[in-house]
Amino acid sequence: MSDKFEQDAVISGVARSAIGRRLGRSALDLTIDAAVAAIADAGLTREDIDGICTYPGGSADVTFGYAGPPPQEVQDALRLNLTWFQGSAELPGQLGAVVAAMMAVSTGLCRHVLVYRTVTESSAQGGGGRAAVLGSERAHSYGVWSAPFGGTSPVNWLAPVAMRHMHEFGTTREQLGQLAVTFRRHAALDPDGAVFTTPLTLDDYLAARMISTPLCLLDCDVPVDGSTALIVSTAAHAPNTPTGAVRIEAVGTAARGRLSWDQYENLTSMAAQGAAAHLWSRTDLRPADVDLAQLYDGFSILALVWLEALGFCGHGEGGAFLEGGANIALSGRLPLNTNGGQLSGGRLHGYGLIQEAVVQLRHAAGPRQVRDAEVALVSNGGGPIAGALLLTRDR
Amino acid sequence: MRDPLLHRPAPSDDPSGRFFWQSGEDGVLRFLRCTDCGYWLHPPSSRCPRCLSADVAPQPVSGQATVHTFTVNVQSWTPGQEPYVYAVVEFPEQDGLRLSTNVIGCPVDEVHIGQAVRVTFIHRNDAYYPVFVPEVS
Repeated sequence: MSDKFEQDAVISGVARSAIGRRLGRSALDLTIDAAVAAIADAGLTREDIDGICTYPGGSADVTFGYAGPPPQEVQDALRLNLTWFQGSAELPGQLGAVVAAMMAVSTGLCRHVLVYRTVTESSAQGGGGRAAVLGSERAHSYGVWSAPFGGTSPVNWLAPVAMRHMHEFGTTREQLGQLAVTFRRHAALDPDGAVFTTPLTLDDYLAARMISTPLCLLDCDVPVDGSTALIVSTAAHAPNTPTGAVRIEAVGTAARGRLSWDQYENLTSMAAQGAAAHLWSRTDLRPADVDLAQLYDGFSILALVWLEALGFCGHGEGGAFLEGGANIALSGRLPLNTNGGQLSGGRLHGYGLIQEAVVQLRHAAGPRQVRDAEVALVSNGGGPIAGALLLTRDR
Repeated sequence: MRDPLLHRPAPSDDPSGRFFWQSGEDGVLRFLRCTDCGYWLHPPSSRCPRCLSADVAPQPVSGQATVHTFTVNVQSWTPGQEPYVYAVVEFPEQDGLRLSTNVIGCPVDEVHIGQAVRVTFIHRNDAYYPVFVPEVS
């Protein structure tokens, strides 16, 4: 055992399927494409794969195209022989599945874990119409405290966070809009992966139709069909990877405070606070050492809140940090969501962000490559759930 | 106009929350409160999260609150109900005692953070929905 379990595993391979709107392909089909490519990227064959982990797993909720196939379907389709598998949503953010895979490797349960996240939300919403968004007749669990009052979509739960942030700190829509505008510019440099690549101006942003004040259409990520897969391997495999392994310097998994959409102590923030503090407690690196970040942007406000929680700027200073967009550009202080994030790249539920971080640390990002990238931060989740990973280039 | 409350999911009939959704029958808003230490609980739970006492019971609050934050939903999830104000209100009885709800009874662009509001109830789906109207000064 190493001093910390993060050192026992590496990300050895990564790949994605076709990503797009209403691809009309099954979740399993897309997953297999990503999985086969990721296994090859790791310098492995499927005989080497002895673990599978996914978020959230197909039994979670297949209705909305949200879950992807369960591990057993992928295991059978690829005829894998596994010593460990897991699908679960109750994790510290979507990348909790990566942390679970790392734990399985660290404890010796397996050596090479296929981790995947697959969505067919675009096709599901196209076929299901509004009913696919509105859900059931009765609200259950925590939804009983939002849905009866028309807290229908996550945008309704997060818009109040943006509203409070603007009220307390003077954050403006123009500042928030820099996220959409900058990510679109980055997306144009990833035409094979990103969904939206046509240039976007701040005026376009300000003119976009309102969804839930103060968040407009361009503050919301775009539902897509697609699968991302990565291979978490034992660290001993790192020298054998053809395209380069990425090290995991630290994880942030802590759940602290009252983690809900409306009871969290400070509604200008969220669960990101706990995950960020935990991550920095597990490394000697500091925010100033980070070369680029891929911050969860299911909605623009989430990326702003993550910026503050992770210490890239002070609490309440996110708006000023975004002002003008220079800080978060590819040549800026903290290049952010370098493949367009989810706002322009598509809602791969955080896994597109992990993939991009790996590609950047391998120095394989082509025209959007951040120069000399050595350290990358990836965050996932928003509101009540959050997880973070600090990744480094293998040296 | 279609009644929005009838086109959204109704509250579940969970035993722990039943008192809450029935409380408005007499026009009074109630939350659970710890009899031992006085802490208010929301969402409902069977023990006080502060002192772990099991002696918790519904107690009335004044029904006055302040808009802590809000959003005006414009997107037409269910045509006919937009725009509406989805708000988080905070109660003077305890710091951080909050409820997600609707603010009604005024144009949506008059709602603002810090606004004084008071509870009123709408009876639908066999439940009394606590919603809030501007407090007239």
